[in-house]
Amino acid sequence: MRVVHYLNQFFGGIGGEEHADTEFQVHDEPVGPGRLLEQILGEDAQIVRTIVCGDNYATENMGALTAFVVEKTEEAQADLFVAGPCFEAGRYGVAAAGLCVAVSSELDIPVVTGMATENPGVDLHRQSLFIVDSGQNAAAMRDVLTKMSEMAHKLAEGCQIGSPEEEGYIARGILKDAFVEDTAAERLVAMLSAKVNGEYFASELPAPSFPAITSPAPVVDMSTAKVAIITDGGLVPAGNPDNISAWAATNWGAYDISGKDGLQGDDYEVSHRGYDTRYVEQSPDRLVPVDALRELEESNIIGELHNKFFSTSGLVNPIANSRRLGREIAEQLKESEIDAVILTST
Amino acid sequence: MCHVTSVVPVAKMVGSNRIVQGQGIVHVMGNADLPAEEEKELRRKTVLQAIEALKNEAPST
Repeated sequence: MRVVHYLNQFFGGIGGEEHADTEFQVHDEPVGPGRLLEQILGEDAQIVRTIVCGDNYATENMGALTAFVVEKTEEAQADLFVAGPCFEAGRYGVAAAGLCVAVSSELDIPVVTGMATENPGVDLHRQSLFIVDSGQNAAAMRDVLTKMSEMAHKLAEGCQIGSPEEEGYIARGILKDAFVEDTAAERLVAMLSAKVNGEYFASELPAPSFPAITSPAPVVDMSTAKVAIITDGGLVPAGNPDNISAWAATNWGAYDISGKDGLQGDDYEVSHRGYDTRYVEQSPDRLVPVDALRELEESNIIGELHNKFFSTSGLVNPIANSRRLGREIAEQLKESEIDAVILTST
Repeated sequence: MCHVTSVVPVAKMVGSNRIVQGQGIVHVMGNADLPAEEEKELRRKTVLQAIEALKNEAPST
């Protein structure tokens, strides 16, 4: 089995954060954890190529990196592509998962990666990948590589992959029908008695979990701050030019408000099926308060109102999708050097 | 970021750090029952609350 392995600059032995802008490079041999991976994969496996790239370079040049990795993996006649494990390293995880998806779809070979459940790479690509749950501790490298190796062999041999609990990968959010003996009422009572008796029980419908969010520092001086408005209430220009879906939206829009002292109902519509949108359609300032913020800009309570507002529809949206939309909008905010955001939710 | 919403429990659940109570699901930043001038004043107040929240420390979640 010919294996191509992807690593970031840290695990690739180049260095830490100060080397995060390192361009991609190729080694025709195992590097760093790849040496242990090759050993664990067994005698039949050989890491014929390792591609190493700095996390910042990867994030900022994902298109070029993806094309490069696909080309180099194909050229190496790989039977398996492995990325990471990435543990909690976010940029690394996003790149590794993205590369796995690209290699899998373009070259149709098995791909394996590993990362912690909190890694944003999981949110982005869990549905299309078997991501081995690495936990957060990089000291568990051998255990994680062993799990990744087992997954790789199963995928390579075309084995049926069991449930996330059985196989140790991160749940993909896929529901599978199964026959059970007991009715819902019987299972419910059994679960309740187990709970009351302090015994183990497992919910059949795990609630989504939300990681802790560190509070951003206050904006010391709002009178010099550039402020942007975001809404998930679905306000869009008349005609919905970006075709933002009224539910489970997969995209967002940025709409120009330069020179506007307020928003006129005739110019806008609402793409959202989760609330009575008439009041906002009559007067869009009720959702995207351009009139009030423009006045505060004129009286210098805020420095500047950003010349675009951002909008999507926040209705019945899978969390992974919402996170992606949020990340994409955050990128735009950074590019536009926004200091503060007011987000309105219906 | 300050999150202005009428469904504060959801904002708390997802981990928003700065939350301002909106004026209703159908008009977070207004109130269609009020005369235009009063509604505008209410909106100004809500936006100022958000700005105040942005100027102050907020707990991490």
